[in-house]
Amino acid sequence: MFQLSITQLWVHDQDEALAFYTQKLGMEVRIDVTMAEMGYFRWLTVGPVGQPDVAIVLMPIAGPPMMDDETAEQVRSLMAKGFAGAVFLTTDDCRAAYEELKARGVEFSEEPEDRPYGIDCGFRDPSGNSFRLTQVRDLSPV
Amino acid sequence: MTAHVPPARHLLRAKDLADARYFERLDVDDLARAARLSRAHFSREFRRAFGEPPHAYLLTRRLERAAALLRSTDRSVADICFSVGLQSVGSFTTSFTRTYGKSPTAYRATFPPAAQYARIPGCVLRAYGRPQRSTFREDRGPAPR
Repeated sequence: MFQLSITQLWVHDQDEALAFYTQKLGMEVRIDVTMAEMGYFRWLTVGPVGQPDVAIVLMPIAGPPMMDDETAEQVRSLMAKGFAGAVFLTTDDCRAAYEELKARGVEFSEEPEDRPYGIDCGFRDPSGNSFRLTQVRDLSPV
Repeated sequence: MTAHVPPARHLLRAKDLADARYFERLDVDDLARAARLSRAHFSREFRRAFGEPPHAYLLTRRLERAAALLRSTDRSVADICFSVGLQSVGSFTTSFTRTYGKSPTAYRATFPPAAQYARIPGCVLRAYGRPQRSTFREDRGPAPR
């Protein structure tokens, strides 16, 4: 009936986020356009290589008229506390991906650990959004 | 003690590096290092394994990304050139034109404007498109309390 297509993360700074998502995580830019007629609103999406139908909007925290100052401050506060957004990624090899991302400067909040469902680790983007990177164990019945 | 690794595995490491880090200042020397081969030997072996020389692979990888960015973003040609790891806009334009038969600008012009692909939701359009701080005549008097 429907498919997941685009989801959104709030970011403090779109340029900083773009550099992180492309140069550190290795995602691709999907769309990057700035609309002069909309107060230079920038629609910026990125997505994983090899998964062209899924993207993340890196959304600037709006000011008025989209969001009043108090609401924007609340969003910033939630982000600072790490409660604004989360993304769950999967990989074939969690430890290898961890080493590679770490070498590229991604700061991990959790090292790879064995869990009942597989191996996973965690990191954050520069805006505080939480990422889990999981090597999912095959749980299909034998 | 070390298990035998087929030579192509080292070459694949170089190809993976080109795929993953094309946006950096990567050249054939870096790829040869990733494959742990001398440059001349590496270029020959890479060509044998993948059917094209490594510099051509790296360049076409970058050009493919540049073409995608020309279609899907409104960034300048120079910005796109640098963001795919190329340093000279002149050489970029030349290689792009040779590959796609059109200059980057002409190539972009054959596609709909990138803004058309931005699926900006109605709520965002309504909010950002609304005029800000318009002064209406009724604003002149003291604000009603």
